[in-house]
Amino acid sequence: MPQILYRKALNDAFAEELERDENVVLIGEEIAEYNGAYKVTEGLHARFGDRRVIDTPISEAAFCGLGIGASMLGIRPVIELMFWSFSYVAFDQLFNNAATVRYMSGGLINVPIVVRGPANGGTNVGATHSHTPENFAAYTPGLKVVCPSNAYDAKGLMKSAIRDNDPVFVMENTLLYGQKWEVPDEEYLIPIGKADIKREGADISLIAHGRCVITCLEAAKVLEEDYEIDAEVLDLRSIRPLDQEAILNSVRKTNRAVLVDENKPFCGTGAQIAAIIQEHAFDDLDAPVKRVSSLDAPQIYSKPLEDEMIPNVQRIVRTVREIL
Amino acid sequence: MSKNSNTTLETDKKSGAKKQSGKKPAKINASLTRDDKIKLYRDMVRIRRFEERSLHSYQQGRIGGFLHLYIGQESIAVATASLMEDNDHLITAYRDHGNALSVGMTMNECMAELYGRFTGCSKGKGGSMHYFAPDKNFWGGHGIVGGQTPLGTGIAFALKYKKLKGCCLCLLGDGAVNQGAYLESLNLAALWNLPVIYVIENNRYSMGTSQKRSSAGAPLARRAESYDMDWEVIDGSSVYEIREKLSPLMERARNDCTPSVVEIQTYRYRGHSVADANAEKYRSKKEIEDYKKNHDPIMLFEKTLIKEGVLTDATIEEIDREAKKEATDAAKFADESPYPPQEEIFTDVYWEIDHRTGKNEGRIFFND
Repeated sequence: MPQILYRKALNDAFAEELERDENVVLIGEEIAEYNGAYKVTEGLHARFGDRRVIDTPISEAAFCGLGIGASMLGIRPVIELMFWSFSYVAFDQLFNNAATVRYMSGGLINVPIVVRGPANGGTNVGATHSHTPENFAAYTPGLKVVCPSNAYDAKGLMKSAIRDNDPVFVMENTLLYGQKWEVPDEEYLIPIGKADIKREGADISLIAHGRCVITCLEAAKVLEEDYEIDAEVLDLRSIRPLDQEAILNSVRKTNRAVLVDENKPFCGTGAQIAAIIQEHAFDDLDAPVKRVSSLDAPQIYSKPLEDEMIPNVQRIVRTVREIL
Repeated sequence: MSKNSNTTLETDKKSGAKKQSGKKPAKINASLTRDDKIKLYRDMVRIRRFEERSLHSYQQGRIGGFLHLYIGQESIAVATASLMEDNDHLITAYRDHGNALSVGMTMNECMAELYGRFTGCSKGKGGSMHYFAPDKNFWGGHGIVGGQTPLGTGIAFALKYKKLKGCCLCLLGDGAVNQGAYLESLNLAALWNLPVIYVIENNRYSMGTSQKRSSAGAPLARRAESYDMDWEVIDGSSVYEIREKLSPLMERARNDCTPSVVEIQTYRYRGHSVADANAEKYRSKKEIEDYKKNHDPIMLFEKTLIKEGVLTDATIEEIDREAKKEATDAAKFADESPYPPQEEIFTDVYWEIDHRTGKNEGRIFFND
């Protein structure tokens, strides 16, 4: 199977969907002539032209809202945010309009948009460009949140997101764009809401999404080699819908869970998952559920400190060893 | 309007209109039949009676929430809706009852929505500020000031993308012109040449703050010049004038996707919402009375139509009686309608869930 970059897997997903459905358009800053700030849309403007791949001015509120308005009439915009951090200037459009129009119209209107871009820290750019708002989005009924951890999932989930008739927020990761995974040539889709066991294990469940899955896989290796701990790594893939069954099945098997995510801890995604586990698998637990999140301060610029701020292998291993 | 654009309009001979607008904008009114005129008048009266009846229900405690009454501004809703063709669309803010009735939504569904009933236009899920009727090209009904302006721009984008010959009327209040989303929208519309007309309903007060205290530069529509867009100020007390001035801009948008901004001067007789306790403090009673006496759009149109021989005292009385009865009946209908059943809380949140497509797995609601 060919190995391809995370960014290329996304690019292929866009190309296939642009090809398949005339109503799919890509819009965002620098995505067309510049080929994408992170080259995720490279070559698509040349191939599909101005009508389908559209550069916008730096006006997130307007172009996110424009995408929502267009989607009400059947266009399927895939809106790139150069960083998910920039969603904050389009908050009203994304969190008020996209999330509630269907409900407030009693189901008369739907909003089939994808809003996508990187949402991660660890890139040494300071607080304004390092937000991970998957918890905000997942908090909001009406929205769906997908966080692919690898190229294979990124492509399959993106294609599903584009075909989904609800607003789907896809949160990618700049640190993954340049990494390669096996991706088949033939077309495939991954249903939204289905978690994936990335590593089977018996002793403890590491439950994560996005790049933290990769960090957990590294931590699992260390745990196995250095401590003979057999960790299972469960990739949630999406936060809403959430594969609760997969979470509970894993915890029932291992009886211990460490939740790993890049959110800040207070009201982060891990808080919700911990609540679900304690409610539905309390009797299966041999230890308290622990969390590894980003440290609870604005994202720090200084590189060595930021590396400590976001979840890393050492912190995961340390946390696992606290309960095992 | 910037001076040269009148020339553009006058010489724009293309027309995809069903109702021929011809070279001279005024023809848009000359071509109105007697029935058309009565409908314009009747719809204004219907809006006013609906609003009065809803206020009454509110005061009776039968409805709650916010209630932003359209009384005084009826001419705008009626004139805009009357100009809409098959591929024209309309979106507005939260003062939306008049637009809803003008595009053909029934008093029953509108009133029932205020009452939070299942028979409401949004099944009781939206409320006063969130009426929708996509089958009538009416896209709301939006609660956040200026929040609908990017959506309206997107509707215009969709029309152009689908190569449909239509335009979007994107209504906003005078307070919304100071929201970034609106100004960003103007830029996109002008930059991409989108068939949208931003219609500022300038009722002079953004809640309790007068235009003078909130907006630098006048007229408000003039901001369009920064984006090389044409603009125009219209006297909103005249249905004919709104139609005459708006029609060519819509025609041009349909034909060559040119966006524009119009500012329609109007006045609301009531407070910002019925909860506005200061409606007679931030403006004088005298001012309100002057509008009612001298600029009321219904009264003025009534005079015009009497002069034209279209209306008589008897027909006026009949139209009013019918409108009052329709509103009273609507309140009765609403009052007798059921509330949405409990399970409705979780429908209409997600399309894929409502349609049981199975494309989404996992848990979507988190209630326990």
